[in-house]
Amino acid sequence: MNANQVLNQFLATGVQTCFHDRHISPQIYAGLNGSNWSLKDYEARGGYQALRKILGKDGSSPDPETGVAGMTQDQVIATVKESALRGRGGAGFPSGLKWSFMPRQFPGQKYLVCNSDEGEPGTCKDRDILMYNPHIVIEGMAIAAFAMGINVGYNYIHGEIFQVYERFEAALEEARAAGYLGNNILGSDYSFQLHAHHGFGAYICGEETALLESLEGKKGQPRFKPPFPASYGLYGKPTTINNTETFAAVPWIIRNGGQAYLECGKPNNGGTKIFSVSGDVERPGNYEIPLGTPFATLLELAGGVRKGRTLKAVIPGGSSSPVLPAHIMMECTMDYDSIAKAGSMLGSGALIVMDDTRCMVESLKRLSYFYMHESCGQCTPCREGTGWLFRLVERIHGGQGKAADMAVLDNVAESIMGRTICALGDAAAMPVRAMIKHFRPEFEHYIEHKTSLVKTAA
Amino acid sequence: MISEATRARFDREVAKYPPEQAQSAVMACLSIVQQEQGFVSTDAEREIAEYLGMAPMAVHEVTTFYNMYNQRPVGKFKLNVCTNLPCQLRDGQKALHYLEGKLGVHMGETTADGLFTLQQSECLGACADAPVMLVNDRHMCSFMSNDKLDQLIEGLKATPEAKDSK
Ligand SMILES: NC(=O)C1=CN([C@@H]2O[C@H](COP(=O)(O)OP(=O)(O)OC[C@H]3O[C@@H](n4cnc5c(N)ncnc54)[C@H](O)[C@@H]3O)[C@@H](O)[C@H]2O)C=CC1
Ligand SMILES: Cc1cc2nc3c(=O)[nH]c(=O)nc-3n(C[C@H](O)[C@H](O)[C@H](O)COP(=O)(O)O)c2cc1C
Ligand code: SF4
Ligand code: FES
Repeated sequence: MNANQVLNQFLATGVQTCFHDRHISPQIYAGLNGSNWSLKDYEARGGYQALRKILGKDGSSPDPETGVAGMTQDQVIATVKESALRGRGGAGFPSGLKWSFMPRQFPGQKYLVCNSDEGEPGTCKDRDILMYNPHIVIEGMAIAAFAMGINVGYNYIHGEIFQVYERFEAALEEARAAGYLGNNILGSDYSFQLHAHHGFGAYICGEETALLESLEGKKGQPRFKPPFPASYGLYGKPTTINNTETFAAVPWIIRNGGQAYLECGKPNNGGTKIFSVSGDVERPGNYEIPLGTPFATLLELAGGVRKGRTLKAVIPGGSSSPVLPAHIMMECTMDYDSIAKAGSMLGSGALIVMDDTRCMVESLKRLSYFYMHESCGQCTPCREGTGWLFRLVERIHGGQGKAADMAVLDNVAESIMGRTICALGDAAAMPVRAMIKHFRPEFEHYIEHKTSLVKTAA
Repeated sequence: MISEATRARFDREVAKYPPEQAQSAVMACLSIVQQEQGFVSTDAEREIAEYLGMAPMAVHEVTTFYNMYNQRPVGKFKLNVCTNLPCQLRDGQKALHYLEGKLGVHMGETTADGLFTLQQSECLGACADAPVMLVNDRHMCSFMSNDKLDQLIEGLKATPEAKDSK
């Protein structure tokens, strides 16, 4: 065997992570099995019908009043607004509203960008979408581009998932050959060119303006916002950026209507959401469920806490979101508003589950190392502060903590929050503050006794 | 020297961007060079700079900013094991330690025979597959129990590529 053959034996098959019957009313992952990613399979699932519909190429008769077939740009945007689709990349910004910011009449180039730089620890949903259902993203982007009068788009894919990048390029070729991308799509006067671009290992490039810098061939350091990409984006041109899952939601919305999408979630939180569940559960993986589903249901889908242990805490929205102790988490439903009310964020929808054998000092140490490592170094509070945070937690974990360290930790976190160019600074500080807030005795015990309060598992 | 074949791969990347924005292809060109030569040398940076019409320093800035570019030669097989928290909860750290023991190197080091470089890495975006590792930037290996790690290392040692490099 050559090296490729050896390595291919260990390739993920998606069996455990997304091909299971444990989704609830799935839209994006529906009907996938790993071998049906290609164009003809996607079409058999009703793929590209939404694109046909907006272009008036689905065989339906033209509007009797206007004589025009298909949908107008305004109608598409209004439908997305009605659906209450919110950005799946983490901030939960209403997508229809974002699309309406795009200066459609702006003469000259405008860009559409898909953010597939999924690197938030715990998050692995976009990878499965792109690997096993790449055309849904292509169709969603083509619809978005139509609605905003954009002719060129890029999908920026996390460098570490190179096989996904290759899969996406293969899907692009298929879509071009079938006339779903390129000039005069399906014989209409609408043209859209779409390309794939890969990163090469920098978490910060998931931040939208860092991503744009990176796409321009520079190091990925975030820009000040405002101006938002809608007015100053790629190559300085108006640009709309959405997450992979956000685009993937669009074809269903166009086919079934905004109201139907809204109804499968709850008010202000339309549709289904994919949750990546990792850590101490029996079945880690991706679960697509309606927004508003109780956390307890999701935990059950993921097989419950591993080895029948007791739930201790959950980081509900990727490592940047504040940790929630079990008793609070068990009361939550999985949607933007419920998790925000509980004092955290739905974020990217990645739940890191921890059982009662986990030491929070050790967990926080690993997270703080990550933010120190990934700070781009542009802002002093973030560059210096993330290092401080890590060294303080490391010191406590090493048995060298001092009683005053708790106050210092809080103080350093406090002085990062809101004082940086991008949200990575906050993302480093928030978990620290939440850990101290909810698990203070564990830290104090470690400082006093130089050892963990928690009996760790063998 | 950049060969004709490599240049053809570069051309394909550059074609994705507006003509005056060839610089956008720099990340792809660097990764192509790394795939072909094992690392990014100063010479390669200079050639890419010339090809894309950039200052060599601007290319170097890119090489040094992103974690996956090898600024020095590495072993035939670069193993990156994720140890971030979600993976740590599912034995990511243990997989790294197991490999340290098995290969007789610490993380960050290369084995004496030049076959393996072992590194710790941050989230690979495959957290549900833990323990998970990336081999030579392009192959994700999932659910790497100790048995599978043995199989992987022995398997790679027996490949023609491994024998060639001795
Ligand atoms: N998926 C992942 O791997 C990761 C996700 N995140 C998430 O990212 C979030 C932070 O992202 P940011 O982009 O900094 O949030 P943000 O709130 O600044 O922006 C959200 C989106 O809305 C747009 N927007 C907001 N206000 C606007 C306005 N007035 N005009 C025009 N456009 C406007 C922005 O351009 C952006 O696309 C965090 O909440 C975190 O959960 C963080 C790390 C990784
Ligand atoms: C440090 C940092 C990393 C981020 N990483 C990602 C990411 O990997 N994927 C993503 O879609 N959004 C990420 N975001 C959020 C983006 O900046 C942006 O809000 C998002 O792509 C917009 O798309 P949406 O409205 O569809 O969610 C990150 C933000 C920050 C501050
Ligand atoms: S907050 Fe940190 S990561 Fe963000 S721009 Fe500033 S230094 Fe860079
Ligand atoms: S935390 Fe290891 S792959 Fe995401």
